[in-house]
Amino acid sequence: MTVEERKGNADQFPVGMRVLAVDDDPLCLKLLEALLRRCQYNVTTTDKAITALNLLRENKDKFDLVISDVHMPDMDGFKLLELVGLEMDLPVIMLSGNGETQTVMKGITHGACDYLLKPVRLEELRNIWQHVIRRRKFERRCHNDLDCREDGQKAQIVKSEDGQGAADCYEKANKKRKDQIEDDEDDSEDNMQENEDPSSQKKPRVVWTVELHRKFVVAVNQLGIDKAVPKKILDLMNVEKLTRENVASHLQKYRLYLKRLSAVAGQQASMAAAVGGRNSSYLHMASLNGLRNYYATGGSSQLPTLGSFQPNGVLGRMSSPSPLGMHGLLPSQPGQLGSVPNSTSNSYNDLGKIQGINSPGNPQMNLLQGLPGTLDLEQFQQTKLVQDPKKHLPAGLYGSGLAAGPATGSFPNVTNNPLLLQPNTQHDRSGGLGNYSSYRMSPSSSDFEIALQDISQFPRISRYDGSWQGAVASSRDSANAVPILASSSHNNLSPGNIRGNISSRTPHAATKILDESPNVAAVAPLSDPTRSNNVQNQVCSLSGSTIAMPAGFDNDPKLSKFNITGNPRQKWDYIFNSNEISGQVHFGAPLVTQACMIDKLISDSQQNFKGEYAMETTSLQTGLNSTGCSLDDIVNPMVKPEHDDIAFFDMDMGCEIYPLGTCI
Amino acid sequence: MFIYTTPVYRLSLALQGFLDEQFYQLEELQDESSPNFVEEVVTLFFRDSSRLMANIDQALEQCPPDFHRLDKFLHRLKGSASSIGAGKMKNECAGFREFCSEENLEGCLRSFQKVKKEHTILRQKLENYFQLLRQVVPVDKATRSGS
Repeated sequence: MTVEERKGNADQFPVGMRVLAVDDDPLCLKLLEALLRRCQYNVTTTDKAITALNLLRENKDKFDLVISDVHMPDMDGFKLLELVGLEMDLPVIMLSGNGETQTVMKGITHGACDYLLKPVRLEELRNIWQHVIRRRKFERRCHNDLDCREDGQKAQIVKSEDGQGAADCYEKANKKRKDQIEDDEDDSEDNMQENEDPSSQKKPRVVWTVELHRKFVVAVNQLGIDKAVPKKILDLMNVEKLTRENVASHLQKYRLYLKRLSAVAGQQASMAAAVGGRNSSYLHMASLNGLRNYYATGGSSQLPTLGSFQPNGVLGRMSSPSPLGMHGLLPSQPGQLGSVPNSTSNSYNDLGKIQGINSPGNPQMNLLQGLPGTLDLEQFQQTKLVQDPKKHLPAGLYGSGLAAGPATGSFPNVTNNPLLLQPNTQHDRSGGLGNYSSYRMSPSSSDFEIALQDISQFPRISRYDGSWQGAVASSRDSANAVPILASSSHNNLSPGNIRGNISSRTPHAATKILDESPNVAAVAPLSDPTRSNNVQNQVCSLSGSTIAMPAGFDNDPKLSKFNITGNPRQKWDYIFNSNEISGQVHFGAPLVTQACMIDKLISDSQQNFKGEYAMETTSLQTGLNSTGCSLDDIVNPMVKPEHDDIAFFDMDMGCEIYPLGTCI
Repeated sequence: MFIYTTPVYRLSLALQGFLDEQFYQLEELQDESSPNFVEEVVTLFFRDSSRLMANIDQALEQCPPDFHRLDKFLHRLKGSASSIGAGKMKNECAGFREFCSEENLEGCLRSFQKVKKEHTILRQKLENYFQLLRQVVPVDKATRSGS
């Protein structure tokens, strides 16, 4: 649509509003299309979430609104929702035949600006344009306010009174999440989107490349996460054509990411403690501080990142699903995860408190907690895990070896886990942070790798930005896998080719490769830490583009928990697959970014998995939630078509939302 | 929209009980730009639902039955039914789902029989409906094209 056309339409708005409708059910899609046309909207339809994402990525200004079904085979609607919110900052309306409070809540917390029940009525659709307007206005206001408030305060502002202002936007979002009640139409629900200019403003979007994000993180660390204001960050970064607003919005997202991390870190704290040993420094790093240091050092030290991944261990600690109920945003207190009662509200409350950076108190914990916690929390919450969540958690986290407790032993695999440091040739279109993922893990940074591995497991974690995702993606690639991925996937994953990446290369292949790398990564962590060797093997084997997990993995009794379907291998495959498939696999992100991403990934996995993981099916996301299960889910949708193994998970695994959790 | 005055409305009334207001909305959506909308949608529905029901059949025959999978199919079937306004069928699906969640195979089998029955009735009714419509259409078309 040309600018003139758009302007013309804008005058008649809502007539001509450009809507993208996504629903795998052809009947519903047809009906939806007819209804939308009757409202005089400009409708584009697709039955595949992946296609929708590609369409959106192609041109962010092409659509004003997205309506998506919740249950789709190739990707969970919530995941799509998150990705769209993160990457494109568009309002997304969820559609579902399922009107259960829990599901609706999930939609809201994932950032949906509305949740409609099927069959949709014409009257309901006539009003959806308000979400577009609201978002625009809200964002504009956030930007303006951000300017004023930034210097004065940090994201620490808790539920400020006024509803405006950047900080308010942020808090508001948290608050909403927390309350779980508010009208979900408010843009603030979508935490991540505040920064992007609405299409109507037509400002050039900044692509947060890995490099750019790295600079950002370095700057933030230098200033101190509490003191980092956009202006100063901007100065430190010294990048041309980057506006304070760009930085501000990115900072908001980053803070959210960190918050998640800290929530996870809390859980991880225990893990970290368990790890101890060689990871002492790493434990230190685990905390936010550690992360910060990490960044400060330009990512030279890999340990810090590991620390952040400690969450795995923490997750293992989670003894009950309820604490996890939160969207993975557990309070930063380390013990919190376990103790948090099962209530979303709790988590939300905590979220609100955490807001932004989790540095206070237990930075270490936060980080760790945030990571796995986020993943698991959601999962648990939703899936009402039958089994002890601990089991699940460790599974996912095991990769890092931390979960296992024995810590030290576990990291060996790390070395094999190039995942984390995959060279990220591709820049995430959505933000270029993808490069993060491509960082190279040196064997010595086994810790790091482990952490990364874990992260890879949660592709969703990096909701923050494409770059972050990239980090995650990269983390997934095991050493062996990386090369494969690097060569093949990178090519495909080139920024302009993300779509092509996923779609061009045979889905099968793509998923395969992706699977493998993630598997490797995932496998490694998952496997018994004491079986580092196995892990390594696993990693290697994975790289061989074999989906199957190393024997060790399967045999590992500890991993049994993962074997929901009796095929842990598959699970991991899926997980990674989805990540990779999302097409935004960023390999080889710089170490720094990787670390950041991973943390964020882990913590955010539940929530906003942007870009890269977008492709993943919801299963991935859900999978992360339940540690083991969720991954399955995530991967499931993606890999399903590709692998026979996957087929298993298909509908069986069921719940796109509560994949593993339920299974377990 | 001449056609939608008498014959269709009467037919719709005849279908009452089997179809609810949602079906009226379908009729409402039919216009010049999509003149066969209702029929297209209904065709889609039967295609989709037949497939789903075959899947459900299979799932029920499995030993042990995979209730999880079953539930997914049911969710989809129920959604489809509600989309075209097949009220009765939708209710039967809901009952089926309950048994499914309880993992009550007996209940599931019984429910499924009911669902299938409703499905068959619906198909007959709608076939009649479209037949009648076709009889009316020529007249209507002449009218519309003329104006």
